[in-house]
Amino acid sequence: MALDSKIPQGPLADKWTNYKNEINLVNPANKRLIDVIVVGTGLAGGSAAATLAELGYNVKAFCFQDSPRRAHSIAAQGGINAAKNYQGDGDSTYRLFYDTVKGGDYRSRESNVYRLAEVSTNIIDQCVAQGVPFARDYGGLLDNRSFGGVLVSRTFYAKGQTGQQLLLGAYSAMNRQIGRGKIKMYNRHEMLDIVKVDGKARGIITRNLVTGEIERHSAHAVVLGTGGYGNVFYLSTNAMGSNVTAAWKAHKRGAYFANPCYTQIHPTCIPVSGDHQSKLTLMSESLRNDGRIWVPKKKEDAIAIREGKKKPTQLSEDERDYYLERRYPAFGNLVPRDVASRAAKERCDAGFGVNKTGEAVYLDFAAAIQRYGKEQAYVTHQDANDAALVKKLGQEVVRTKYGNLFQMYEKIVDQDPYNTPMMIYPAVHYTMGGLWVDYNLQTSVEGLYAIGEANFSDHGANRLGASALMQGLADGYFVLPYTIGDYLSHDIRTGPISTDSPEFEEAEQNVRSQVDALINNNGTKAVDYFHKKLGKIMWNKCGMSRNATDLQSAIDEIAALRDEFYKEVRVPGEQDEFNEELAKALRVADFLELGELFAKDALTRNESAGGHFREESVEEDGPQKGEAKRDDENFTFVSAWEYVGKPKDAILHKEELEFDNIELKQRSYK
Amino acid sequence: MKLTLKVWRQKNATAKGQLVTYPIDGIDGDMSFLEMMDVLNNKLINEGESPVTFDHDCREGICGSCSMFINGEAHGPDRLVTTCQLHMRKFKDGDTITIEPFRAAGFPVIKDLMVDRSAFDRIQHAGGFISVNTSGNTQDANSIPIEKENADDAFAAATCIGCGACVASCKNSSAMLFVGAKVSQFALLPQGEVEATTRVLNMVKQMDEEGFGNCTNTGACEVECPKGISLENIARMNREYLAASLEG
Repeated sequence: MALDSKIPQGPLADKWTNYKNEINLVNPANKRLIDVIVVGTGLAGGSAAATLAELGYNVKAFCFQDSPRRAHSIAAQGGINAAKNYQGDGDSTYRLFYDTVKGGDYRSRESNVYRLAEVSTNIIDQCVAQGVPFARDYGGLLDNRSFGGVLVSRTFYAKGQTGQQLLLGAYSAMNRQIGRGKIKMYNRHEMLDIVKVDGKARGIITRNLVTGEIERHSAHAVVLGTGGYGNVFYLSTNAMGSNVTAAWKAHKRGAYFANPCYTQIHPTCIPVSGDHQSKLTLMSESLRNDGRIWVPKKKEDAIAIREGKKKPTQLSEDERDYYLERRYPAFGNLVPRDVASRAAKERCDAGFGVNKTGEAVYLDFAAAIQRYGKEQAYVTHQDANDAALVKKLGQEVVRTKYGNLFQMYEKIVDQDPYNTPMMIYPAVHYTMGGLWVDYNLQTSVEGLYAIGEANFSDHGANRLGASALMQGLADGYFVLPYTIGDYLSHDIRTGPISTDSPEFEEAEQNVRSQVDALINNNGTKAVDYFHKKLGKIMWNKCGMSRNATDLQSAIDEIAALRDEFYKEVRVPGEQDEFNEELAKALRVADFLELGELFAKDALTRNESAGGHFREESVEEDGPQKGEAKRDDENFTFVSAWEYVGKPKDAILHKEELEFDNIELKQRSYK
Repeated sequence: MKLTLKVWRQKNATAKGQLVTYPIDGIDGDMSFLEMMDVLNNKLINEGESPVTFDHDCREGICGSCSMFINGEAHGPDRLVTTCQLHMRKFKDGDTITIEPFRAAGFPVIKDLMVDRSAFDRIQHAGGFISVNTSGNTQDANSIPIEKENADDAFAAATCIGCGACVASCKNSSAMLFVGAKVSQFALLPQGEVEATTRVLNMVKQMDEEGFGNCTNTGACEVECPKGISLENIARMNREYLAASLEG
């Protein structure tokens, strides 16, 4: 099947408006005759479910958590971007669009990104109307801060809990519709297959996680808002339950998987402390507004610190290497995430790491505490030369801005970041790749849509900070409700979809046989054994720096590990009870397939773009020496993979990317 | 660290449960409490026993899934943390740790340490929202300035993670801190005023129907709340409720 991105004609700035004017609508009476399934209740799924129900469709929403409010969007910390230009610092729809395309290293689709920038302002209005308590200044107006890769302040926030507040907003909108009976909510349900009838997505098969019951659910269209697949690395900032299963099952039913190798490795996470580690914790990018990143200039100092013989606070300014400020004077500590992560790895690999494992750098707030403290002393007419007072006042300001993050750090690391710099290291955080979708957010399966992190469309090869929340809510509140209406307008006379068909029967049996095989496997090794092993392969060979030899061996190792999994995995307990090991086994089985496709995609893309860094593709000389080198001549396309059996045999379809409004340039933050 | 764990095991909602003792070794102070439970579970799986079921997801203190009653306290001995953020350095070698589910009539046990907290969702369905449709035509976000103090207080109330520690800690199994926080968030914002009367009446009615008890001002909920939700929210809800009752 050829890829048709269905980008509307006309000038970039008019595409979305023209599109909305021309699509088919469904009248309110007919909407009542149409069912829509939404899987996942994070920002994308939750906002979509609520909006579709408000419009009048009958929505069935599913989440594996015990409540929609617990989807992992809840953990997003720093903020949400919108081109409001409240700060009067020159922001505009075009600038947000431009920053996002550039930040994504020119590997995203112009039309989708422009639409995202366009609706960004509506999101903030909508959320405020819902009662989302964003941070405000003393005049009562909304406050903003800066994030990486941009030169304006366009990020709206609610302390370090922005994701939580936005998700509770979407959840409250859902609650209103659940109360009206327009959304039927299925908590603790996992989607395990897509059902296609006459080539169209018409339902799903789920497993009730409490009773183990395998259920059939039908609808006129299916929407996946099921998030990313960072947990293929085992250790990531994702929640323990975050998984690729829904997207992967869709892939196996014909949805192309796009750019799986585009992974975001976030520069500021709490370093790994030992083998027992089950997950990693992010320290919001917003901290880079005020924190300065450094390692010791001299290797002896780094060694002394690692051995506990020296403290970071004992090193003078001259003995510190603020390597981001040194290498990237224009953006300094606020370079994009991929750049900051690689720079940290470079310093640690060179022997300047500052914790026991040598895999940590400092994020230091001493300068910010001084700066804020002095300002407060002036404002309150106190002595700005009193060092103790200034420190105290400065710490108070930092506490109001980042208090919960500092507290989280202290609880985990057992050190006080107000008095000693934080230690951070990059960790897997977000996946830009995902199901391929056209302008309508429809996958290559008719009637099957993917929104939020589950699709690939807006962030190219690298996502800018505070843009995931923006995309999730844009897709769910403002884009999908229009585009899906155009599709559903053809279904007003279809009538209810029966679950009593050979297609549902086949899909249900498919799920049952997989569950039975795992439960009766009688192997000797727990699921975690395989997941950890997969994670090690991914991190070592498909992580921050990749090369052809390693990627080829990753493909082989993952295939071998998958064989071992099916021979050796032990799933205790029964099918018909709450059985977390079974749920984990079903998820890891899919990660073991995705990992192989991931490595194949990374091998195929022999260029460095955003989060995908190929050691073979580096600038050899000039001012950009050592920086990632894109290959626009050969790789200005989206890789969309078609499933044909083994992941390594997947067929590559290319969507050529056309840039009519932005000139492709070396991405310089110097 | 060597520890003795006494863990509540209960096969399902209708089965009778009991505390089962498990010795455990090799626990590191840097492990989180749930990572210690992972060690126990992997040991149980390798020995052919069924692992302990508990709710958990984000493991960074924000999703509100984890819900263990540890040595008689919701989320254990540390303050302002959830179970997933509680670290083993808070315990000593040789300690005995008793681990039970959050107990309340409104939170029936599903299995082992996992309880059903859907009552909280149903209270929110009854009124935990502002009735505004998604249109793209809502007024500009800065058209109504909100006093910073009110915005900050609304935010502080809104940080509730819905874990249920307040209910589990209360001798009456009252959910008033949870409901008070939601009512307060909207009561403090101009956008919430329009539906203030019906919201508080409906939410309190649903809360009562779910079998949660009354508040007798003991204050245990505030002490055990991992997010430090203030008792003031209960007082504010009571004022809202009284005003709404008089109006109604």
